[in-house]
Amino acid sequence: MDLVALSRWQFALTTIYHFFFVPLTLGLGIFVAVLETMYVRSGNPIYKRLTKFWGKLFLINYAMGVVTGIVMEFQFGMNWSDYSRFVGDIFGAPLAIEGLLAFFLESTFLGIWIFGWERISKKLHAAVMWLVAIGGNLSAYWILVANGFMQHPVGYEIVNGRAQMTSFGALLGNPRALYLFLHTIFAGLTTGAFFILGFSIYHLVRKHDAEAFQKTFRLAAAVGLVAVIGAGLSGHAQAVYLRQVQPMAAAAAEAHYQTADPADWSVIALFDKTGKKVIWDIKIPKAQSFLYYFKFSGEVEGIDNLQAQYEEMYGPGDYIPLVALDYWTFRVMVGVGMLMVLLALGAWFVAWKKFPEKWIRRSGWLVWIIFLPYIANTTGWILTETARQPWVVHGLMQTSDAISPNVTTGTVLTSLVGFVLIYAVLMGIDLFLLLKFAKAGLPAGDTDSVLMAGEKPETKKGGK
Amino acid sequence: MDLNILWFILIAVLYTGFFFLEGFDFGVGMLLPMISKKDVERRAIINTIGPHWDGNEVWLIVAGGATFAAFPHWYATLFSGFYLGMFLLLLALIVRGVALEFRSKIANPNWRFGWDWAIAVASFLASFLLGVVFTNLVRGVPIDASMQYTGKFTTLLNPVSLLGGLAVVFVFIFHGANFLSLKLSEGPRVKAFNAAVRNFPAALIFAVGLFAALYFTGSAFSDKGALTLVLPLLAAAALVLSRVLGSQKKEVWAFILSSAAVVFTVAAIFIALFPNVMISSTDAANNLTIYNASSSPYTLKVMSITAAIMVPIVLAYQVWTYWVFRKRVKADVTKLTY
Repeated sequence: MDLVALSRWQFALTTIYHFFFVPLTLGLGIFVAVLETMYVRSGNPIYKRLTKFWGKLFLINYAMGVVTGIVMEFQFGMNWSDYSRFVGDIFGAPLAIEGLLAFFLESTFLGIWIFGWERISKKLHAAVMWLVAIGGNLSAYWILVANGFMQHPVGYEIVNGRAQMTSFGALLGNPRALYLFLHTIFAGLTTGAFFILGFSIYHLVRKHDAEAFQKTFRLAAAVGLVAVIGAGLSGHAQAVYLRQVQPMAAAAAEAHYQTADPADWSVIALFDKTGKKVIWDIKIPKAQSFLYYFKFSGEVEGIDNLQAQYEEMYGPGDYIPLVALDYWTFRVMVGVGMLMVLLALGAWFVAWKKFPEKWIRRSGWLVWIIFLPYIANTTGWILTETARQPWVVHGLMQTSDAISPNVTTGTVLTSLVGFVLIYAVLMGIDLFLLLKFAKAGLPAGDTDSVLMAGEKPETKKGGK
Repeated sequence: MDLNILWFILIAVLYTGFFFLEGFDFGVGMLLPMISKKDVERRAIINTIGPHWDGNEVWLIVAGGATFAAFPHWYATLFSGFYLGMFLLLLALIVRGVALEFRSKIANPNWRFGWDWAIAVASFLASFLLGVVFTNLVRGVPIDASMQYTGKFTTLLNPVSLLGGLAVVFVFIFHGANFLSLKLSEGPRVKAFNAAVRNFPAALIFAVGLFAALYFTGSAFSDKGALTLVLPLLAAAALVLSRVLGSQKKEVWAFILSSAAVVFTVAAIFIALFPNVMISSTDAANNLTIYNASSSPYTLKVMSITAAIMVPIVLAYQVWTYWVFRKRVKADVTKLTY
């Protein structure tokens, strides 16, 4: 494998891995803040126990998100130094501001939240959790501002072969970034909601603290339905915008080759070995125009026409991304999203019917719905990042020109193997801990300690 | 003063903050399995840094991000050039971060002691690598005319940089022991003080050795006039005074002085570096400076406004966290969180 391929594999694997933890941090953080607010407002100790229960799972997940996030910041310089030189003027700023404005907030206040239960007032403690949740979601905005520039560069000029910022406002208001942000926030809430639904079902089936888990089930069903529909709508709006600013990416996601008006929509397709040619498909006439324009006419540019157009603009080359990958990741993401809408509706119905015993009894297998958002999140990012290829910054710099020229393949292979090994081990440990605490159910007392054999539990009566 | 100078200073401040704050975290991490074999005492030790270590580590994240934003070529040359060193630093930070979060989650002595060693080894590795990186930064590394590092990984492992690694390790251990003396109570407090006493000679010898090596074997320190001579001497004096006042049970002062030693050292390194950000040992014409490595004036202006607003706010709430957790930590199982 050459240096570009190895660097791309490392970046892809470490980013996908990092993004296993991020959406749950974004979504679950808000749920924990809501639960703690309910505790403060109602004074009902059951909400405190719920806050601590979901909070502990939040923390286990959070730790993984933080440590894998540092890798992201280092990698641009380590593996993509020519990219960093080219866009540093623009790309570095949101990363630095993310740290200064969001990550400091999140990390510092999380420390207070974990250790401050008895040091600060209840209200302040709940406010601290809100700051943690807001900090996390603000982080996402800054990161997506940086990513938005790679998708759709705005507010810049090229000076001496480097991109220079000319308008910070344009960078912050980049519609591509705003759509990404909205979609990511909804995806985070969806991930949090399904995580809570899944583990609430686990305990409802076993009749552990049914009253408490009915509360979180109801909350997650309500938020989850709104969030997953929001993710769908924002995703659709994003796709409409994508067709305008990254038509090749949009065409690849639909395996749409010939510019047409009206354009047919491919429901299912099989590709040849190159992944760039369709060998068999089923199409619905005019449907693609309808998806983009909400009427049965309207031009949609195709891959082949865009390829010819790009060769004219940028010189000879292959400007077609791996169509099969984008086409299928898109379909998996949307398919899973629709399934989640149905499941969220079902959850609503169950809560509305007041959790009938005969249904709950047979719902144990539904714990697996926890994985659905992860599938959608991962395929969504693979689509976003690969449909942009061969560009690292759309129209400005190709991925193959972005690598660190002085880093050897042996070096990258070393770090790639190192990351894969340690990430695999940590995934095992993380899942083990998450499952252990998720299955254990609500904490009995007020202590956060996991006591060793022979250590006495707290004598003070706290909680229930 | 132009914005390039301002950002050089700001980045120096961020790294200084990181070394001062994460310095005692790393020191505490390295001391963890050494100071006590009792789980409850080890938990008390971890709980002293528990509320703070994550926020402290963000200083590094922000310093790295600021380097990227203000001096993209510095960031690109440094991180691609020191690739394997950065990779190992990442591994250390990953292991340490999860270890702190995971170690007390399972009531099994092997699990906990295993993670304790992971914390210690990772804290050691991170400290050592930071010493190696910053020593090389100020001594200069081979860089060609296109701003690319041309050395190998082994180029970075020279006698002076290894000395720099050891100096950082032992100064952090001493600094961490001072922090623990300040934050623990009763038995563990005494043990922490004893650790400070035990590790002081190594900290002083390696630190002074490093200053001497930097001053006499390279040009960055000796060419800069009085400040790069005075600051290292002050750092050494602060270390000695810290040890002396520690013995008189003036723990606050002992900690302030070991903090001062760290701050003076990092300040000296950045002053020696200025106005370069990376020194080329191949040819001084290839040096990366605060001008040829920087972002555009517009970006620096945007970043300056953001920093002017955010840095005071961040400092205020970080100081508040230390105020909230100002009490000493007792080795009482029911009161410990981590």
